[in-house]
Amino acid sequence: MVLNGGRGGGHHRLLVSGVAYELLRFAAMLALTLLGLIFITFLIGRVVPIDPVLAVVGDRASAETYARVREELGIDLPIHQQFWLYLGKVVQGDFGTSVITSQTVLHDLRQYFPATLELATAATLIGVLAGVPMGVIAATHRGRWIDHVTRIVGLVGYSMPVFWMGMVGLLVLYSWLDLVSGPGRLDIAYDGLVEPVTGLLTVDSALSGDWDVFRNALSHLVLPAGLLGYLTLAYISRMTRSFMLGQLNQEYILTARAKGVPERRVVWRHALGNIMVPLITVIALSYASLLEGAVLTETVFAWPGLGLYITRSLFNADMNAVLGGTLLIGAIFVCLNVFCDMLYRLLDPRART
Amino acid sequence: MSARAWLLSDMPGSRRQASLGQWYRNWLSFKGNPLAMTGLAVVVFLVLVAILAPILPLQSPTAQALADRLQPPSAAHWFGTDELGRDILSRIAWGARITLTIVIMVVVIVVPLGLLVGTVSGYVGGPLDIVLMRVTDIFMAFPRLVLALAFVAAIKPGLESAIIAIALTSWPPYARIARAETLTLRQADFVKAARLQGASPLRILWNHIVPLCTASVVVRMTLDMAGIILTAAGLGFLGLGAQPPLPEWGAMISTGRDYLLDQWWVATIPGLAIFVVSLGFNLLGDGLRDVLDPKRS
Repeated sequence: MVLNGGRGGGHHRLLVSGVAYELLRFAAMLALTLLGLIFITFLIGRVVPIDPVLAVVGDRASAETYARVREELGIDLPIHQQFWLYLGKVVQGDFGTSVITSQTVLHDLRQYFPATLELATAATLIGVLAGVPMGVIAATHRGRWIDHVTRIVGLVGYSMPVFWMGMVGLLVLYSWLDLVSGPGRLDIAYDGLVEPVTGLLTVDSALSGDWDVFRNALSHLVLPAGLLGYLTLAYISRMTRSFMLGQLNQEYILTARAKGVPERRVVWRHALGNIMVPLITVIALSYASLLEGAVLTETVFAWPGLGLYITRSLFNADMNAVLGGTLLIGAIFVCLNVFCDMLYRLLDPRART
Repeated sequence: MSARAWLLSDMPGSRRQASLGQWYRNWLSFKGNPLAMTGLAVVVFLVLVAILAPILPLQSPTAQALADRLQPPSAAHWFGTDELGRDILSRIAWGARITLTIVIMVVVIVVPLGLLVGTVSGYVGGPLDIVLMRVTDIFMAFPRLVLALAFVAAIKPGLESAIIAIALTSWPPYARIARAETLTLRQADFVKAARLQGASPLRILWNHIVPLCTASVVVRMTLDMAGIILTAAGLGFLGLGAQPPLPEWGAMISTGRDYLLDQWWVATIPGLAIFVVSLGFNLLGDGLRDVLDPKRS
């Protein structure tokens, strides 16, 4: 995904060196997009039919308390001043206090984020390790059965309602066959045995050498991560295939073959090496969308991550928590997006002209 | 001369013959792709069921019969009954109307909006282009489901909010595609010629550029429909889409979840319906892309 840059700015390079200019441009782009993101969440927060004062003070508060909090929150100020107020708080990491957990939203997000991170990382690993080779092989065997299988595997992945597959997966693999553990991240018996270091249970338990906990965490992780991994695989294998097809038609491939370079080297070193930059972009974007796409999966698997946090807050009219979570996911998304763009333009000289 | 020979003629005598011939050639190459034809069949079937639901010999999708609750599939109820004794087959058929409504409404909002933003941005260029593309990026950066969630929560759960929320998060890719196409067309000779003849920008956009964007937009649209269906079902599943007693497929899965262990059909069958319909749209879109946009497949 190449953002619209690339035009103009040529003469600025005379003043600032190329790389520094690029970095500056990306920083400006990042800031602008984040600002837009904050503005939209602010707007959403404004149209909510929930009295924000009541949400803070509760319905038994006296009229004075109500009036004081109302003034503190700045509800009576003109809308642009309210936005500045909101912006100032968000920049300092102050998303307000969650009504249901009565902790600051930032504290909650720190608690819930590692679970989502663990799930998304595991899924991406599965998707990349299986998806890239599948895509490469499909491209080198274009039109043969293995290509069709890859195509169908991909289309099925695109068409699957993940929450439903999760339910069916739990029914079959957990209730009937008892091959994996059920919802949640750990059995209750293992809860709190491992000191959180990274917050990723599999990593923490491995670090402390507590293999019982590790096995248990893994058996909880395998089904949701497998499902999301399959979705990732569907996407990555198709993108890899189409990138590879673009390379395999090029003349340098023909040259390499004519020189007698072994076919395996031509495919896995020359062609695959040349698609690395766009491929990394695709992988990073799918990783970012997993952090979001996990909302439904987390609901089905009672996985205590960001998605579950946001939906649960939603049903309790806890708008601070909802908007804080939305903002965090959005910001990660934006950062990864800009990072990919930057990577693209710094590593691939063709994209820079 | 047979109709086929007339259509496939190498020397069409009129513009209409040429364009019909092109359609026919596309159809022939589409027809040769069994997967795409399967997709087309699924989509046609969905549309027929949705249109004909009121006159098909189905039981009422909302009539409750508590004596018959949670019946397994049988001759009387092919797909069984749900927790209120309603016929699941009938609810699936009526649910097709809701699914189709969502898809059509989203497309009707999103495609013109995306085309407008993209073509204007690409054709006019300059500061306007930068501003419009920045706005597009911001919306693109927003995670789709999460934005839809926050948005639906902010108004009120229901079919209309779900449609608006999905539309709000779906238009940026269309603007991107339309802009990219416009950029390549802007300097084309026929556009310059039209400009020299004194055609207004509006006329050039509408008559010359928009028609040439259609192929990529249609392909993207068909491939997007599965995503729209899945998002709508996800919202329904979370209780934020169409509200009961409407037979929305995602909401049906959500209620069926409570009975999953003993009455698997209540949740499984709507899930299968979602899967089959999304797969149908994906197969169709994939086939269309091969025909209309061969360089990208």
